[in-house]
Amino acid sequence: MGKESINFDKKTREKIGKLFMTVIMFAIGIIMILPFVWMLSTSFKLEVDVFKFPIEWIPRRFTTKNYVEVWLNQNPPFYVYYLNSIKITVICVLGELATSSLAAYGFSRLNFKGRDSIFLMYLGTMMIPFQVLMVPRFMLFQWLGLYNTHWSLILPGMFTTLGVFLLRQYFLTIPMELSESARIDGAGEFRTFWQIILPLAKPALASLAILTFVWRWNDYEGPLVFLSNKNLYTIPLGLTNFIDEMGGQQNTLIMAASVSAIFPIIIVFLLGQKYFIEGITAGSIKG
Amino acid sequence: MRHNGQMAIQSTPKTIKYKKKSKVKNDVIGYLFITPNLLGFIFLTLIPVLFSLFVSFTEWNIFKGFKEMNFVGLKNYISMFEDTWFKASIKNNVIYTLGTIPVTLCAALLTAVILNDKVYGKNAIRTMFFMPYISNVVAISAIWLALYNPSYGPINQFLMDLGISDPPKWIASSKWALPAVMIMSVWGGLGYNTVIYLAGLQGIPKELYESADIDGANWWHKLIRITIPMLSPTTFFLLITNIISSFQVFGQINIMTQGGPGTSTTVIAYYIYLSGFRYYKMGYSASMAWFLFIAIFIVTLIQWKGQKKWVNYM
Repeated sequence: MGKESINFDKKTREKIGKLFMTVIMFAIGIIMILPFVWMLSTSFKLEVDVFKFPIEWIPRRFTTKNYVEVWLNQNPPFYVYYLNSIKITVICVLGELATSSLAAYGFSRLNFKGRDSIFLMYLGTMMIPFQVLMVPRFMLFQWLGLYNTHWSLILPGMFTTLGVFLLRQYFLTIPMELSESARIDGAGEFRTFWQIILPLAKPALASLAILTFVWRWNDYEGPLVFLSNKNLYTIPLGLTNFIDEMGGQQNTLIMAASVSAIFPIIIVFLLGQKYFIEGITAGSIKG
Repeated sequence: MRHNGQMAIQSTPKTIKYKKKSKVKNDVIGYLFITPNLLGFIFLTLIPVLFSLFVSFTEWNIFKGFKEMNFVGLKNYISMFEDTWFKASIKNNVIYTLGTIPVTLCAALLTAVILNDKVYGKNAIRTMFFMPYISNVVAISAIWLALYNPSYGPINQFLMDLGISDPPKWIASSKWALPAVMIMSVWGGLGYNTVIYLAGLQGIPKELYESADIDGANWWHKLIRITIPMLSPTTFFLLITNIISSFQVFGQINIMTQGGPGTSTTVIAYYIYLSGFRYYKMGYSASMAWFLFIAIFIVTLIQWKGQKKWVNYM
């Protein structure tokens, strides 16, 4: 009897402690997203109310005019950036999935001359920062007439070593016996790849797809270096356009644009959270 | 973006020997699979890297064509160490790295340990912490730019409300600009690091805690004796990735401060961009980019060597 009541007390105490920590962590979490709440609230304000203190978290003079202004009345309007970003991101994701999965299959499940030395070369270049590639790629694109076109962002996004690396890691975990029995059944390599390996690798493909989506969507340095025509700008670069032109004087418009820029990625993240987290943690844990 | 070259290398198992197909045919099939990606790799990475190395030994304005390209040997590599802007960039970058990473890692570790089994609604809280990581750097910088506004910004209004009559001028002051960017970066990086630590925590065997419980260890002891040592591979991974990305910090600087006031927030990636695409000194820009690469390479190498002393692989 006595022992049971002690156990019960301990459990209750643990529960209270857990509740207490939950409240604290939620409070810190709220502080973490406070800048975003401020952004959202400001985007519905009149410019004169932006810096009122204490902060009006729910705008008393509520307006949606900022969004109309940003989306339709700017030059170029925000939807142009949206279309550019969607186009580039979608092509990059599909292209990367295609080239990376093919190459990963070759590097992990086929035997051919020079395979390991080529893969070593891939690994060797993974540490190279974008800054090293910036100047030569700029020149290459200029020479090919691709500078200031979307190709200058699509091409580097389609052929990544990271994609090959992530998928290869996953392909290696699929038992070789599967390929062997497919071979005995007379399936060619491409059929084995397409009908057996790819379906099994769906989680890895999903991870790579959502990681690429978020990274391409948010990429800032690439478009900054390779694009100069405002009508070709992607969302992040379009946003800098707002900041530069308004010189920090039009916070409501800048915040409405920021909300518009962040919103889709939050939706994508919430939908694919599991695969995203699996993707970014894939490399961090040994084994 | 933050994920170059940190994955553990797994060796490829010997693939099954083919009996019927000839060796040449295997080679052809293999190359057919890798060719699309390999072509991209050769033209967009391999050749550019080699070309960049070559450019770094020249003096060259891109708009003057190849004929104006002068080979100058090591001149760029020598003159960067006499360049005040470059030296300021290195100094600021070191401060940025040393100031952000330890704080971020400690906070992330603690957050992860608490979120792991001490709260309800773990996923909701995790998502809140993770928000900055998935948002683009321009939007985040725009928000903080307004928050940091020296006269009307919410941060300073709040500080004045607390009775601080002369709050920092943040990005308008050469003393506070770099700390302001650093505070924002810690906020931005916390979620990512927490998520990686949470994943690391799943790998610690429960038995270790159970036997510690039997020995009567308290929460603190378990943290110091079990959790932190067992997480050392994760800490090692995060240290490398964070250092590499802190050496490449660019977006927030270019948007919020443009390196200023004065040289107070110039960092290496920003100065490389400035030299190449504002001053059109391609050779100089490339040489500093190679300096950056070598720095990243050396740091990674030192950490690989040093990890044996403190990383606890099971």
